[in-house]
Amino acid sequence: MKYVFLFTGPDEEWEATPAEERVRVYGEIVKWFDEHGQAGRITSGEELMPARTATTVRRHGDRMIMTDGPFIESKETVGGFAVVEVPDLDAALALAKSWPGQTVEVRPVVTRAGESARG
Amino acid sequence: MVGLLGAVGDFDVAEEAVQDAIVAALEHWPSGGMPANPGAWLATVARHKAIDRLRREARYREKLALLEGSPVMEQERRDERLRLIFTCCHPALAREAQVALTLRAVVGLTTAQIARAFLASEATVAQRIVRAKRKIVDAKIPYRVPLDEDLPERLGEVLAVLYLTFNEGYLATDGSAASREDLARDAEWLASLLVRLMPDEPEALGLLALMRLHRARSAARFEHDGRMVLLRDQDRGRWDGAAIRGATQLLDRALRARRPGPYQLQAAIAACHARAATWEATDWPRIVRLYGELLRLGDTPVVRLNRAIALRHVAGAEVALAELDGLANELAAYHLFHATRAELLRALGRGADARDADSRALALTANPAERRLLEDRLRGAEPAR
Repeated sequence: MKYVFLFTGPDEEWEATPAEERVRVYGEIVKWFDEHGQAGRITSGEELMPARTATTVRRHGDRMIMTDGPFIESKETVGGFAVVEVPDLDAALALAKSWPGQTVEVRPVVTRAGESARG
Repeated sequence: MVGLLGAVGDFDVAEEAVQDAIVAALEHWPSGGMPANPGAWLATVARHKAIDRLRREARYREKLALLEGSPVMEQERRDERLRLIFTCCHPALAREAQVALTLRAVVGLTTAQIARAFLASEATVAQRIVRAKRKIVDAKIPYRVPLDEDLPERLGEVLAVLYLTFNEGYLATDGSAASREDLARDAEWLASLLVRLMPDEPEALGLLALMRLHRARSAARFEHDGRMVLLRDQDRGRWDGAAIRGATQLLDRALRARRPGPYQLQAAIAACHARAATWEATDWPRIVRLYGELLRLGDTPVVRLNRAIALRHVAGAEVALAELDGLANELAAYHLFHATRAELLRALGRGADARDADSRALALTANPAERRLLEDRLRGAEPAR
């Protein structure tokens, strides 16, 4: 079963974190991706630039309107994601609990007919 | 897709299996007595028939209890029941969905019955259940008893669902009291089922003992006119002595495992009250000690409040009031904080402050029985203690 992990947290807080601490957390995150990637539980993942770099393009009738910023204004923003392949939600939640960062939203991925549901 | 269909199938089959047992027990046992091989015989019973009419009868619980307790009940069936309970109470589901799903799938209540018990609309409850089932399938919540390392946390989740259900029924004092009394009974039944399925879990035993100790005192909790009677004023002769002894034995069994937990401690406190011949004869030092242990397991303002109430009888109203005033910020919106403060102030001769505190309590509760009690106090109908 495939899940996407959305890693969220307060952007500003993270940017205000002392460099030394950020290096330490990055180290743990790299280790986490390495360990679970090698074990075949993570198929891909990326870190995103802060939400202040986002541009949102939204349909208004027949026009697409561009606005500066993320699609929803909130203190917490998505800072990265991982695509995860594990047997079931319990396994996904166990993996999410080992995440060295702040918050993880675990979302199952839609399986289409004809695609084999592994696990 | 196969995996998903598998999950749907499992859940529905399990739900029906529970209903099978209910119908079977009711149809067969009145005439035939306990069958020699309940497991095999259960499997042959027709489904769904008469469930709605029969499921709420008290007898079914007793019969089911006999069945669950019998040595011939196969391991497989026990495991199936446990899988169903743990799946309904999975922490990925919202608490209210866990409660509704458990009552629907494990106890076999109808959506309408659950809605009545929780004063919610049938559509709301139905939607909660549908959403929860859909999430079980879509997010692939596994249908199994949790692995050993997850068991304490997951069992805690199940116990919380049962305790919430019990309190919803037990604490209710409004017009729907009858259907809610049923709810407290359902919760107790669920707890006893869990104890039979997991006999070595002291917290499950502790919760069952706690529920039984509360229910043993229920006859004395209200006057005939619906007026609420506080513990200290209750006619202890109306308590169910046999039920108290039975629950105390359950608690002793739990305590022998030497794995203390919040439910065992709460049951131990309830047992202290239940065993005391009078309010004055209550073993207050022990109750203060037990609340202290409860605080070590989880420090919450409400537990501190309860400890302060007991402390009054050990160290005096002044000490208890000082303890309480330290909680003023956290419990500002909790009516029982103000009601307790009023009692202490009254005991210390500060009548005007006491009335202020009672007025605040009154403004914070909608519960009719509690309102009546506070209104009586404000009218000066209740003597100072």
